[in-house]
Amino acid sequence: MDIAVLVKQVPDTYADRRLTGPDLVLDRAAADAVIDEIDSKGVEIALQLTEKHGGEVTVVTMGPERATETLRKALAMGAHRAVHVLDDALAGSDALQTSEALAAALRTLQVDLVVTGNESTDGRAAAMPGMIAERLGLSAVTSVRTLEVDGGTFRAERVVEGGASQVTAQLPAVVSVNEKVGEPRYPNFKGIMAAKKKPVTTLSVADLGLDPARVGLANASTQLVEGAERPAKSGGRKITDDGQGGQAIADFLVEQRLV
Amino acid sequence: MNDRQVLVLAEHADGAVRRVTGELLAAASRLGVPAAVVVGTPGTAQALAAELGALGAATVYAVETPEAGATLITGEVSALQAAVTAAGEPAAVLVAATFDGREIAGRLAVRLDSGVLTDVVGVALEGDEVVTTQAVLGGSYQTRYRVTRGVPVVSVRGNAIEGAATPVAEPAVVPLQVAADPTAPRVLETVPEEAGDRPELGAAKVVVSGGRGVGSADNFHVVEELADVLGGAVGASRAAVDSGYYPHQFQVGQTGTTVSPQLYIALGISGAIQHRAGMQTSKTIVAVNKDADAPIYEIADLGVVGDLFTVAPQLAAALKARRG
Ligand SMILES: Cc1cc2nc3c(=O)[nH]c(=O)nc-3n(C[C@H](O)[C@H](O)[C@H](O)COP(=O)(O)OP(=O)(O)OC[C@H]3O[C@@H](n4cnc5c(N)ncnc54)[C@H](O)[C@@H]3O)c2cc1C
Ligand SMILES: Nc1ncnc2c1ncn2[C@@H]1O[C@H](COP(=O)(O)O)[C@@H](O)[C@H]1O
Repeated sequence: MDIAVLVKQVPDTYADRRLTGPDLVLDRAAADAVIDEIDSKGVEIALQLTEKHGGEVTVVTMGPERATETLRKALAMGAHRAVHVLDDALAGSDALQTSEALAAALRTLQVDLVVTGNESTDGRAAAMPGMIAERLGLSAVTSVRTLEVDGGTFRAERVVEGGASQVTAQLPAVVSVNEKVGEPRYPNFKGIMAAKKKPVTTLSVADLGLDPARVGLANASTQLVEGAERPAKSGGRKITDDGQGGQAIADFLVEQRLV
Repeated sequence: MNDRQVLVLAEHADGAVRRVTGELLAAASRLGVPAAVVVGTPGTAQALAAELGALGAATVYAVETPEAGATLITGEVSALQAAVTAAGEPAAVLVAATFDGREIAGRLAVRLDSGVLTDVVGVALEGDEVVTTQAVLGGSYQTRYRVTRGVPVVSVRGNAIEGAATPVAEPAVVPLQVAADPTAPRVLETVPEEAGDRPELGAAKVVVSGGRGVGSADNFHVVEELADVLGGAVGASRAAVDSGYYPHQFQVGQTGTTVSPQLYIALGISGAIQHRAGMQTSKTIVAVNKDADAPIYEIADLGVVGDLFTVAPQLAAALKARRG
């Protein structure tokens, strides 16, 4: 089975992440850019499925030039090929526009399954899997912890707020993975060397046949009205437990009228 | 005031409306006239109408099929789409910002070619326009957005909206037909989370969380006992969850639940940036950690450097004694 995995480059969550400019867009220069951890888990699941059932894994990203690093990382893990949706005109795209571009890129591939993360760490929209499924006319099963494919159908356990459920659906479909799906493999030296030779196809707005009047920040369907950084919380009192630490907290809670 | 309808996807279980639906109807009342969309088996909408009216719904759109609940998501999307048509030009569509809600919102936005705003914590009508407020990057920024195309499709964070809509005595129940989606994923079995006696994590006024420092699943009773003395919820760091000390639904942080209680007590949690992203907007933060340099102290109003296994039981005992 052939699988496409959506991978997004995001600012490292370990760093100080910032918004910048009049439109308060993510400051991509401020922090190290990494493959979103959840998407590396998506790559892992896809690799396991193709190791078991055959087929190839194509990783797909939309993002600036630098996002090729993310594709290389996924190729080093073992993905077979990559597609980079790359065009300056796409900068500042909202969810509606991003889903349109990614769906167009996915239409150029004939895959049985599209794997995504359940929620990106920067946008946290958890919107892309459903939006892409809608555009491609596919079913989606989101926030999946386990996944088993059997011929043209699959069975998944999804974990969402309120409980877990067992679900079956037909392929082709979109599946988004939950962070408890398992740890991603580390690329080894051989993988890193091999990744350099794997094909990366670049697709522009024109290649994808997108309407230039619908793409980019200027044509976005949502617009910032205003925004501001919230003052950071600062630390207060710090004491060392001298045998009365618990009592000290109790006194503090009373003083603060919290109990 | 806007006299346009504002559609709210009603969540219900076991014959009752979920709390978040009341919050959504309250939000809707600030934007126009609230209308609830109920997807369920035949008879559901009529049975819920009085409760939805009491929460502010003037109209209840009923999309009923015997199949409801047996398949995923596209049924709700089609129901909302039909309600948008029936309502004329609604001012907005509101859904809860759960995984299901966010998928529903995304799919509906594609169908309507409308802008979608996610996980909002506030809504307002400015002039004729819906403006939403969201907390981004773990609450480090507050932004306000508007939709420039189509009907604003908005997912609203639970426990974020306060107040209530004006009750409506007898809401009109309007049946709508939607075509079934034979290819929709089928739900074979659902295991609901055990609610237990403690308050819901996302809504609790007090949260006591344990981290890797708790050391084992058995030891977590120390965290639970303190939470119970305070009438609070129990939370856990990702390290504690991934080590199998506590179930995943209690994870607090970037990829877990976002909490903003009056009091947050962190026991044996280092305070990694991703954990802080889910709790740093708590009013008062207390931390107990063996390591005097743990980053959690940077945001703790009171930090006690010490062993959680002596400090937490002493605190619990002191609070109990005080109560007498
Ligand atoms: C993309 C991404 C998303 C993430 N999402 C989340 C998230 O949602 N939530 C989350 O929590 N983390 C998240 N993390 C993980 C995060 O980076 C940390 O690894 C995690 O928060 C650490 O948990 P901890 O503080 O319990 O463990 P540690 O960092 O190992 O800290 C344990 C602490 O316990 C203290 N301790 C040990 N014994 C005792 C004792 N007897 N008494 C008192 N103190 C003691 C130690 O001094 C130490 O500070 C995420 C990471 C990534 C990359
Ligand atoms: N620009 C992008 N490029 C590739 N994949 C993306 C992009 N944006 C979102 N995704 C995918 O969609 C998932 C959910 O993202 P989001 O809807 O932004 O929370 C991510 O984990 C990715 O798999």
